[in-house]
Amino acid sequence: MSRHRIKDVSFDDDDLYDEDDGYDSPDPAEQEFVQQCTTDVLQQLRAGNPPVTATKEEVQESLWHYYNDVPKTVNYLRGKKEKEIKKQQPTAKAVPAYPAPYPPSTAHFSAADFFRDCPWLNVPPHRKADILVEPLCPRLGLLGGAPESGGKVSKLAALAAARKKKEGEKSGSTPVAMAPSTPQLEKTEVPSPELRGPSLSIRDRLAANNAKSPRPAEGNDSLQRLSKPGLSTSSSARKPSPEKSQSAAPSMSPPVQGTEVPSEEEPEEQKPKIDIRASPSTFASTIVGATTIPAHEPSHLHSNSVDLLRIYGQNHAEPFDFAGPSPDDVVLNAQNTAKGFKSKPSASKNGDKKKAQGELAGGLSNLSVEEKVTVKSKNLDVLEEYKKSTRKKSANFVVIGHVDAGKSTLMGRLLADQKAIDQRTLDKYRREAEKIGKGSFALAWVLDQGSEERARGVTIDIATNKFETDSTAFTIVDAPGHRDFVPNMIAGASQADFAVLVIDSSVGKFESGLKGQTKEHALLVRSMGVQKIVVAVNKMDTIQWDKGRFEEIEQQISSFLTTAGFQAQNISFVPCSGFQGDNISQRSKDPHASWYTGPTLIEELETSEPYTHGLDKPLRMTIGDVFRGGVQNPLSISGRLDAGSLQMGDQILTMPSGETATIRSVEVDSEPSDWAVAGQNVVLNLANIDPIHLRSGDVVCRASAPIPTITSFTAKVLAFEHLMPMMVDVHRGRLHVPGRISKLVAALDKSSGAALKKRPKIVGPGTVARVVVEMDQAVPLEAPTRIVLRAGGSTVAAGLLE
Amino acid sequence: MRLIKNRIEHDGSGTVTLCPEEPEDMWHAYNLIRPSDVLRASAIRRVTTVQDTGSTSSARVHLNLVIRVKSLDFDPQSSQLHVSGQIINETPHTKIGQFHTLDLELNRNFTLEKDAGADDEGTGWDSIAVEALKDAVDEGGKRRAEAVAVVMQEGLAHICFIGQFQTILKQKVEMSVPRKRHGGGDHDKGMNKFFKVTLETLLRQMEFNISLTSGSANEPVRPVLLASPGFVAAGFQKYIQTEASTTTPALKRLLPSVVVVHSASGYTNSLSEVLQSPAVKNILADTKYARETKLMDDFLEQLRKETNKATYGPREVESAVDQGAVGRGGGVLIISNRLFRSQNVGERKRWVALVDRVRDVEGGEVRVLSSDHESGKRLDGLSGIAALLTFPVIEEDLDSDEDE
Repeated sequence: MSRHRIKDVSFDDDDLYDEDDGYDSPDPAEQEFVQQCTTDVLQQLRAGNPPVTATKEEVQESLWHYYNDVPKTVNYLRGKKEKEIKKQQPTAKAVPAYPAPYPPSTAHFSAADFFRDCPWLNVPPHRKADILVEPLCPRLGLLGGAPESGGKVSKLAALAAARKKKEGEKSGSTPVAMAPSTPQLEKTEVPSPELRGPSLSIRDRLAANNAKSPRPAEGNDSLQRLSKPGLSTSSSARKPSPEKSQSAAPSMSPPVQGTEVPSEEEPEEQKPKIDIRASPSTFASTIVGATTIPAHEPSHLHSNSVDLLRIYGQNHAEPFDFAGPSPDDVVLNAQNTAKGFKSKPSASKNGDKKKAQGELAGGLSNLSVEEKVTVKSKNLDVLEEYKKSTRKKSANFVVIGHVDAGKSTLMGRLLADQKAIDQRTLDKYRREAEKIGKGSFALAWVLDQGSEERARGVTIDIATNKFETDSTAFTIVDAPGHRDFVPNMIAGASQADFAVLVIDSSVGKFESGLKGQTKEHALLVRSMGVQKIVVAVNKMDTIQWDKGRFEEIEQQISSFLTTAGFQAQNISFVPCSGFQGDNISQRSKDPHASWYTGPTLIEELETSEPYTHGLDKPLRMTIGDVFRGGVQNPLSISGRLDAGSLQMGDQILTMPSGETATIRSVEVDSEPSDWAVAGQNVVLNLANIDPIHLRSGDVVCRASAPIPTITSFTAKVLAFEHLMPMMVDVHRGRLHVPGRISKLVAALDKSSGAALKKRPKIVGPGTVARVVVEMDQAVPLEAPTRIVLRAGGSTVAAGLLE
Repeated sequence: MRLIKNRIEHDGSGTVTLCPEEPEDMWHAYNLIRPSDVLRASAIRRVTTVQDTGSTSSARVHLNLVIRVKSLDFDPQSSQLHVSGQIINETPHTKIGQFHTLDLELNRNFTLEKDAGADDEGTGWDSIAVEALKDAVDEGGKRRAEAVAVVMQEGLAHICFIGQFQTILKQKVEMSVPRKRHGGGDHDKGMNKFFKVTLETLLRQMEFNISLTSGSANEPVRPVLLASPGFVAAGFQKYIQTEASTTTPALKRLLPSVVVVHSASGYTNSLSEVLQSPAVKNILADTKYARETKLMDDFLEQLRKETNKATYGPREVESAVDQGAVGRGGGVLIISNRLFRSQNVGERKRWVALVDRVRDVEGGEVRVLSSDHESGKRLDGLSGIAALLTFPVIEEDLDSDEDE
């Protein structure tokens, strides 16, 4: 029983690739048999780990002692040689001449060149194995053998196949030198560029030969096609993944294919280049065949090999080099891809691919066992894609103001005017609203979709909607005005680039609003970093477009906003009527309103600057909502990317649960997309995670740069009310957790930040203070982030995490 | 808790035999029993005997054990008190000096003995302990006012039992409710499911029998306070009504005792707001916690006004007492009973001395707040001790700096 195939030493299951070659079958030529055994021994010696060489004489002597028992001989020789070889290894490379056992082996065989169009052969040096080619000497025995229909091949059949192949080799007119010499094999680790020349000619000839060869040279997916001719069984395993094996295979061998692009991002670019290549060599086929289906061999391959080998029988005794993963790995990868393996996130994109692939090969078996849903990543360079994309500038704005100021109605009008909502729907809303006696709420229903919201005529949760003008794509975040829903408003404001403050100008309402949420909201958006604010003085129709009133409001509000920290040039006022639609998109036709000549609301919105986001920072996204997106997307989350970027197929980590999930697909502004970057509102359809690990307020990040979870933090806050050690609710976007101020560290000077008073007993409103906040549960927060502290239904402080 | 026998001597030593009758009594026992006290109670102990042959047999035996207390472990959710210490009486099954953990049981007497002892060992029956004993022994039998509060917000509910001395968070219901989305969404469905789970949990915690056949129909139902921001609580009430009229008619018994109140959030932080709402005050008029809550609010109000007539923190309060600011005419010392549970005897003595001094020497008022109540928790945030002063006291900053 001898071994006769390539052994990939670094692969664990090398037993699988042992071939039964049945040399123990009656062979009259005793000498021949010894010769053969010698070869085998030598081959095994070299194929083993570490490879050792022995002289032919040594081997034959040992064989004699062991009665031609190959494994024993191998063991003996290995034991004897190993140490010696280890020392010699550096020099051994220079040793010429692996004792060629076959007289006619004059021509050299270049493995590297031979396989230069089989990219997966670029094995890194550490996993190098030797190519052993069958001896050319004639042997008697069966030739032929039926093509396997699959399954395990009998020894006899395998033997027959091997013989047939050899016979073919012999019959070739060119003496084919199939004996790559060990030293040479090891000599060059990286194929030299001059290999290109001869290899081209081979390719050419191969191309010519392909006319003869039974299959056309499509060449681009060697693995796939390799399996076709004889291996009906293996092809079934590999077939489903033509493009996968294709993209996987080329990517592994950057050095051999000079044209190879290091990144895996352009599989389509790969194609034409591989197309010109010839079909894979028989040898490759045998290797792949052997590795794929252990212990049997397609005999058809061998019949093909006759032609091919003849052509390859050139004087290219170049060293054979494995710089990429072993063929086994390649095939395994391909198989796993077929089963549906998800390639690693872009982290590994430009990283150590060989290593990654190696890991994958190992780890994939586990993955497939768990039957996880897998998504193939396109491995895009998201930032590059983002730069290429020609989107309009986009802006998110939050609509804030006291309850019943007309925020939702104003936005409904805006959407209706911008044709973001069709007339039919609007009419439907109007009918339904009138039916329950709330006709004036029809426009608000565009945004107030909840049944409770409609029944009560009050916005409860934020609603996002989008519309586009000629220059900008806007996303509206309609926030609730009611004081009970300020947490929701905070969530909305955290998604906004700028704010629209809606003020009810009607008598009494403005004043009550000023006391109520008008101020609180304005302070909140300011403390959450919003710079620009557009004040829409609404319901001007109810006061007959009283210019004096407008100016009074303008004066009061602007003085308040300036004290709140808005810069004067970032504040603008527009008198309008959401219900009538005056000065929203069109100018008011009301003669009373003729005094106003400034921009309409929409024009004012368009002046917004594009906002920059931390695209290259680590991924952060606060989950706004967890929901069932439908049958196809049983689990979806929505939110706005705070920083970083992501793409389909990425692996994400949710904190504080610490669970990983796979992004099945991405929607940006309800349009399917392959990727998303910071600043965009996205819906992520997830897989491989249980919904109980997802809550709104959790943070999505990457395992490579996870967000820390903390139970206590120090923050520099501006007190809106008295602060003392007390229970507070901590808000950050959707995140809402209970906590307590455990310590007032110091009251600070507003401008300089110097400590005015250490450990104050109490901090008054308007003071900047450094406080320590403790929470019962671990919360994903990291500096610098803006937080809001609330207690008893009012905002007590807002500030920056330190 | 029933007082079976009281033999407290004037020097502060003596024994008391008590019979706990309801779960809250465990909380009282927790406040009464201190390390180094001697506790006698019935116990079940597994005794392993080794035969001459080497075989072992074990049996569970009922014993009356006397232990010297080493530590206490109180589980507020299940109202269980585990007292561990060394056995000091001899029984056929145990040796002196072996350790045992006594689990106090309802309706089983236990005897507590405190030594007056020397200065550094044992505190005896000091004024606080006697006070706690008075609190524990429900003489008038009117300590029935209890309420169940469900503090909720979308997807989150805390079910709390408000007792006389404790507010116990019985269970937290947390669910992810989809938010409203464009084009419907599952928000309503999610809320319905959330209500369903919350109601089930609530009934289970209240041990409310929803079967019609049982004879429990005449059982009194505790008031149920539903509190939430927005409309969640109202929605929950409506849900209970719907359930009562459709599937579970037994719920009708519950309905009259349901009160909807407003709270700022669904966390237990906002319980104070719940307890202060007028609707609740009517139901739970003049209970201890209502007074405690009011006291804390008064205190915080003073603090907020920056009149310097309120202070908190151990050093600050002690210094104020030294200056005579916690005396007659409005001086109130507010102290959390957490301080008296200190494992350190000296620490406890310090606070007992302060309390005695304020009450007896200065003539001020002393309020011991239960740390398991919402007001007590607020006080604990302020280091557990605070005082309303009769005149403004200006504190030197130096004092507080030293604390660090």
